[in-house]
Amino acid sequence: MDRRSGLQVMAAEKRVVFRSGWLPWVLLAPQVIVIVVFFFWPAAQALLQSFQQSDAFGLSTEWVGLQNFTDLWKDETYLASFKTTALFSVLVAGLGLSISMLLAVFADRVVKGTHIYRTLLIWPYAVAPAVAGVLWLFMFAPSIGIVSYALRAVGIDWNHLLNGTHAMTLIVMAAVWKQISYNFLFFLAGLQSIPKSLVEAAAIDGARPWRRFWTIQFPLLSPTTFFLFVINVVYAFFDTFAIVDAATQGGPGKETAILVYKVYYDGFKALDLGGSAAQSVVLMVIVVALTVVQFRFVEKKVQY
Amino acid sequence: MVERRPALGIIAHVILILGVLVVAFPLYVTFIASTQTAADIVQAPMSLLPGNQIVENYTAALQGSGMGGASNAPVGRMMLVSLITALVIAFGKIAISLLSAFAIVYFRFPFRMFFFWAIFVTLMLPVEVRIGPTYAVVADLGMLNTYAGLTVPLIASATATFLFRQFFLTVPDELVEAARIDGAGPMRFFKDILVPLSTTSIAALFVIQFIYGWNQYLWPLLVTTDESMYPVVIGIKRMISGGDAATDWNVVMATAVLAMIPPALVVILMQRWFVKGLVDTEK
Repeated sequence: MDRRSGLQVMAAEKRVVFRSGWLPWVLLAPQVIVIVVFFFWPAAQALLQSFQQSDAFGLSTEWVGLQNFTDLWKDETYLASFKTTALFSVLVAGLGLSISMLLAVFADRVVKGTHIYRTLLIWPYAVAPAVAGVLWLFMFAPSIGIVSYALRAVGIDWNHLLNGTHAMTLIVMAAVWKQISYNFLFFLAGLQSIPKSLVEAAAIDGARPWRRFWTIQFPLLSPTTFFLFVINVVYAFFDTFAIVDAATQGGPGKETAILVYKVYYDGFKALDLGGSAAQSVVLMVIVVALTVVQFRFVEKKVQY
Repeated sequence: MVERRPALGIIAHVILILGVLVVAFPLYVTFIASTQTAADIVQAPMSLLPGNQIVENYTAALQGSGMGGASNAPVGRMMLVSLITALVIAFGKIAISLLSAFAIVYFRFPFRMFFFWAIFVTLMLPVEVRIGPTYAVVADLGMLNTYAGLTVPLIASATATFLFRQFFLTVPDELVEAARIDGAGPMRFFKDILVPLSTTSIAALFVIQFIYGWNQYLWPLLVTTDESMYPVVIGIKRMISGGDAATDWNVVMATAVLAMIPPALVVILMQRWFVKGLVDTEK
């Protein structure tokens, strides 16, 4: 499908429609009420509050312009949280994608059992992020965890309550574990849609499996990989709040306090409404940017 | 496979089995811990063989008895809250998205595409970027600690609306004409023709949205303060807030197993639709 017909599909209209002045409004009403009351109104409020400063009791508010944002920019814990989030999402996306691609390539290769492996690998998708956090916390608990015991036996004194690197490793492992299923399903679907004739032609020309992977499968899989990369970054930014809250609570210190955790903490524990709202706005900008990237890509993908 | 390479075939199976083992290990440990006594678990290293406390632990969890830590609400109640929440979210999202997609595709009215894009833009407003003000709205409406508060704010769905719209556009126009000739009105057409045609999409979305609803964490954390309205995912977190020593890990792990069963069942039993739906929806 070339780009133009792709866009025509997007813009397609029904030739035959029903006529009614009121019915479509009634049909739309439930969804529109929900998005206005719980999405647009609060988002607008967040935008407003980010330019305001209110006292702790909410009795008075005053306009402070961009002060909340400049405060954020000067706040070292916020900048540190940005770095933490960047490191965390790169690790989650990088490890998650490599491991799932490896598994998918081999699952695509085996003659028998692809379906069984798929069934066994999709389990973690069903596990709630908070529960995933608790499971990994339990295995790595410094005093009682079975993995931390094994690590001590090989000379690693594991304690994510004191060691920031250990804490980061813990939430990365839990987050990757939870996301492998999802990536795996997409990679497998992507690999299975590559025409077998291409791979066979390369084999006849004498390309060995390793070379075939890098010259045929990997490039043809790149749209899927890019799509999954964006999805994984969004996941690491937003959906991992529960993992962090369950496993480390942002600690030790603030070493695993990713941006979403900080918005929650500053808004609901430290009660800094203006600062929290400004952080929300920054997050909104990030989501919008990621969504635009994703859809630019979807439009482009039509060419393949 | 394009050629015989027995060695590579063996490597493939070895890597896949390793992968499955690593993925399954946390789940196995959880199950094992849920069958032992609290004292057995605390004694590092815990045994990797099942204990004999399975009945006791699960009974304790379901009834909420014998738990240390910060919470001893019965898990049975929490499971019910989670189930109702997940079902309302899944069916709610599907219902309101079907209706809005029907309106947008099958009618002409002012601001039609404006509404479509307004729904679509909510993709960019996840609850995490507007938690404070959304909480304030729900509190003002008196919806804290209610099922309405747990579900209604999450019920809008850009993805589902978009998916149904795309599907409706592929439904042949002749069906509408035929329905009209037979004297069927728009709602009759919707109920008797469009919804039955969408069954596959509905099944796929149900799996995805049920898991979404069951696994919610941040939102219930904000809007529920009453133990009787905790979903099970929140309940587990509350149980471990006492620290290593005060936590009855055996009961916590039994709760974790209970919390994983319903979404896992939905995924496994509906795997065919789920895989298709996931790969189609997101692309």
